[in-house]
Amino acid sequence: MNLDALPTGRRARIIAVDWGILAPEEATRLRALGIDSGAEVEIAHRGVFAGKDPIALSVGRMTVAVRRSHARAMEVEELAEAAR
Amino acid sequence: MSGKRTAALVGNPNAGKSALFNALTGARQKIANYPGVTVERKAGRLVLPTGEPVELIDLPGSYGFDATSPDEEVTRKVIFGEFVGEAQPDVLIVVLDASNIEQHLVFAQEVLELGRPTVVALNMVDLAERDGLVIDPAALEQALGVPVIPTVAVRRRGLPELAQAIAAAEARAESDPKDHPRPHITLPERRLAANNIAKGAILSETRQHRLHARMDQVLLHPWLGPPILFALLFVIFQAVFAWATPFADALEGVVAWLSELVTQIIPAGFVQDLVVQGVLAGVGSVVVFLPQIVILFFFILVMEATGYMARAAFIMDRLMASVGLSGRSFIPLLSSFACAIPGIMATRSISDPKDRLTTILIAPLMTCSARLPVYAVIIGAFIPATTVGPGIGLQGLVLFGLYVAGIVGAMAAALVLRRSVTKGAASGFIMELPKYQLPRLSDLLIGLWQRAWVFLRRAGTIIFTVTVVLWVLLSFPKAGPGESQINASIAGKLASGVEVLVRPIGFNHEMALALVPAMAAREVAVSALATTYAIDASDEDAAASALEDRLGSRWTLPMALAFLAWFVFAPQCLSTIAVARRETNGWKWPAFMLAYLFGLAYIFAGLTFWTATALGL
Repeated sequence: MNLDALPTGRRARIIAVDWGILAPEEATRLRALGIDSGAEVEIAHRGVFAGKDPIALSVGRMTVAVRRSHARAMEVEELAEAAR
Repeated sequence: MSGKRTAALVGNPNAGKSALFNALTGARQKIANYPGVTVERKAGRLVLPTGEPVELIDLPGSYGFDATSPDEEVTRKVIFGEFVGEAQPDVLIVVLDASNIEQHLVFAQEVLELGRPTVVALNMVDLAERDGLVIDPAALEQALGVPVIPTVAVRRRGLPELAQAIAAAEARAESDPKDHPRPHITLPERRLAANNIAKGAILSETRQHRLHARMDQVLLHPWLGPPILFALLFVIFQAVFAWATPFADALEGVVAWLSELVTQIIPAGFVQDLVVQGVLAGVGSVVVFLPQIVILFFFILVMEATGYMARAAFIMDRLMASVGLSGRSFIPLLSSFACAIPGIMATRSISDPKDRLTTILIAPLMTCSARLPVYAVIIGAFIPATTVGPGIGLQGLVLFGLYVAGIVGAMAAALVLRRSVTKGAASGFIMELPKYQLPRLSDLLIGLWQRAWVFLRRAGTIIFTVTVVLWVLLSFPKAGPGESQINASIAGKLASGVEVLVRPIGFNHEMALALVPAMAAREVAVSALATTYAIDASDEDAAASALEDRLGSRWTLPMALAFLAWFVFAPQCLSTIAVARRETNGWKWPAFMLAYLFGLAYIFAGLTFWTATALGL
């Protein structure tokens, strides 16, 4: 499942990122913010207006806004409720 | 070692560096640009407990040394001592946000790897504790191998201890000037280490309902978020126009009083005319916008300090994306409603160069406060003060329409520019949404003072020069008997040339004449029209008080509407062009900006005139 398909409010772990389809500066910025393989994330908010873009990710103790196109480059596995 | 000692604050964006900087240096700050780049250099004086002063620099926030934005590039070069004309800081102060400790420890380790004399400020410990997170600074100190001082910049907690640690680090650096680099590790290793260090230093962590998460539930709500933002923007614009009036009137009074004073002190003649008609009238007409600019910036600073601005960018991102921009462009464009100059300067935070350039090019289309006097006079003269619905006046509606025309024009221009001259990959939007915080009054006041000072300095230099030049152009050569001074002057001759160009779109000689000095600043058009029609009048007092009546009898409605349409687009502001030149490092883009905006002004003024005439208005 890619991150964009993750329902709001569920936790998941990023297992792979297709860095090739992201611009190099954007890849650098995402990694600098800890959005990388192994990170646990949750979609906290989905955008307003049509398209539900951008999305607000909770990662670590931060909330980071990214576009859905970034989320689609990330493969995630959902974490069981008990792991929370 | 001799010479001036320097210390630099480094850290992630949102670490509270600026608040710490303000708390350490007070109002003793100097703001300038780093040579060659348009990144602000903030420096101030910090007196150490030893009595020795050091220069404290607030470096732009950065996530790491593999920089992506011009700001972060400056930070990297200064820390590495590679920035020409800037001494390598003797001591580095790494600022960590205690409430986001794992993330901030990543860059901290990268800085510590350099082996420079370093002190860590564990900032915002109160916010962390509010979130139920208690950190042991001693454990952190042991893990990092450098002094760690807990601070709360906004409450001035830990500041003497921090100054003490800076002094100690400096003393150590002096006795042992060599760097002691640590082994270089990769980003994933650093992140892993950061998590482990944090785990070892966190004393207790209770999972509380975090305040900011609850606020986001409302402020980023798909249905509530946008109305809240638009309501806030509405309040801001109301405040800008309603609250500023008494202050603007008072400033106008001061200018009038000064003119009176000068008239009495300096004997009539060239010098008196220059000071009263040139300097005071010209600079004064711009300085009266200071209250509006201060009020708008007050709201912008509050939005930034509370953390709401990033949410506004989040909400606006989708709309901006539809024209090829991102939510980051929202902040500069919002500033441009006060004045395009701070707006253009605020584009520095946009890392994508094409995005930034597009934002600079469309910023002058936002209806800045300098257009208001022009709009107000023309609307007052030609639009009847009738109502078109409950509580909706026709005049207000026209003014609103002009604002909308500017916004729509800007969006359309962005759409076209992004597909032609600033073509490139669609820009992304990656932005940290910082925690909500209560702003501190003194930080707001320092920020406001800095903005106001930049504006006044500009009024005192660029606008001063232009005004004096224009006054000379309008005053020479002296008119012969029976000839009007304005028609005889160099500016009047220029206007005749301009008139040939603008005749097809319905402009008469007086309108063409007003456009020439208005090149300096749009609002000058009003005073130019007033002067022109005043010279024609036999009774000057009556003329001055009745510019609107005079316009009503000399211009037709289509002409007036065309004049309004012209000012929606025309880039008549030398300061904006000068700032655009500085921010784009050359004349190419300001020249392009002039060409496309004058082109649009001409086309839309023409279309308005011809349509209105055809409709028989």
